Amino acid sequence: MLKTRIIPCLDVKDGRVVKGVQFLELRDAGDPVESAKAYDAAGADELCFLDITASHEARGTLLDVVSRTAEACFMPLTVGGGVRTVEDIRTLLLAGADKVSINTAAVKDPDFVARAAEKFGNQCIVVAIDAKRTSAPGEPEEWQIFTHGGRTPTGIDAIAFARIVTAKGAGELLVTSMDRDGTRSGYDLALMRAISEAVPVPVIASGGVGGLDDLVAGVAQGGASAVLAASIFHFGEASIAEAKAHMAAAGLFMRLDV
Amino acid sequence: MTQEMVAIIDYGSGNLHSAAKAFERAAREAGLHDTRILVTSDPEIVRGADRVVLPGVGAYADCRRGLDAVPGMVEAMSEAVQGRGRPFLGICVGMQLMASRGLEYEVTSGLGWIPGDVGPIRPADPALKVPHMGWNTLAPERPHALLDGIPTGEDGIHAYFVHSYALKADRPGDVVAHSEYGGPVTAIVGRDNLAGTQFHPEKSQRLGLALIANFLRWRP
Repeated sequence: MLKTRIIPCLDVKDGRVVKGVQFLELRDAGDPVESAKAYDAAGADELCFLDITASHEARGTLLDVVSRTAEACFMPLTVGGGVRTVEDIRTLLLAGADKVSINTAAVKDPDFVARAAEKFGNQCIVVAIDAKRTSAPGEPEEWQIFTHGGRTPTGIDAIAFARIVTAKGAGELLVTSMDRDGTRSGYDLALMRAISEAVPVPVIASGGVGGLDDLVAGVAQGGASAVLAASIFHFGEASIAEAKAHMAAAGLFMRLDV
Repeated sequence: MTQEMVAIIDYGSGNLHSAAKAFERAAREAGLHDTRILVTSDPEIVRGADRVVLPGVGAYADCRRGLDAVPGMVEAMSEAVQGRGRPFLGICVGMQLMASRGLEYEVTSGLGWIPGDVGPIRPADPALKVPHMGWNTLAPERPHALLDGIPTGEDGIHAYFVHSYALKADRPGDVVAHSEYGGPVTAIVGRDNLAGTQFHPEKSQRLGLALIANFLRWRP
């Protein structure tokens, strides 16, 4: 039986982890490769790097991080952030990424998703959807796509966009609630549910995890196939093993190999 | 022990560095110190290899075209594997290429080593998502050297899958193991010195390293 995935996400800037990762055994907590190894050993089901490097020149450091991680960790790796062209995707895949996540470029041009999927297969194309609730309380629920870290509205309906990019060939959607991101108040479950029911591909829930019950809710109520979290793992509040045990105790099917 | 050379065929289908590293680590952990892993696009090296690995990611037709674009590669593979009986492992689309035909986007000829077609996964439960993406257990159809010592079944350890198409073998005997995903999905095929995994052993942590080590020790 297919299991629910837990995916820790690391923000990487100029080749260094931005939000600290607190593992006792880490030699260098700022080195993404060291963090990746720790998560690999801890039994994470996949790993996600989000590159928030501002300058294009610093891309080389990210590629180095990706290739060193792929050499050391025999687990799937998704890399996102600043992916704009088919060539960007090729470079990341050749460096050792298994999946590449596309955000702004897909909003600007959904056909980019089609070109990428045709070239590399839909299994490695993830579209990251950053959505904010735009309906008032009491109104029918509605979410819009926002870009630039949630600052720029696009007027595009999130559910309709999810359907479009899936039809274009996205193999997976990484859905982040910009209302919840960083609030620790839990995923926007209605958003997760609405998108996962609208598309045939797996949905990764993201944004707002404050505790282990939120991970359970993302799957049980949000309908997600995988749950992504950053802070609760990085700051040592919960280990991957504790999260898995908690989710398994709640009746979810988890991989408990390690 | 004599030195063994394992050729991982490079035909432009993605990064093979991490696959090579996984094979190197599996060899090291299994104490196979005389095993040399070589990523190569040279048919002459493949022809003389002791073991042959065909990886593959992406679309079926793309992979087939990539393989055909290396002059003499298919012939060299056939000679090593069919002519000289060298153990062969296909991975993901590399496994699917062992089939007669791929039906992804267009009809593409496979190598025809495992009779059958590669068609879309259609889980009986419509709530199940496609691609079949993530960690699943293996249900063996029969014993096989590649699975030696690996806990299988619902309580077994997991393999990492990511695919929307699957091989349906014409001969049930060619299926070594399946995974459950709204019905059986072919996970491992095998006949004589040929084997293939739909999942990615190089991404499957403990199960993957154990299976690769089994392949490196395999004497079919």
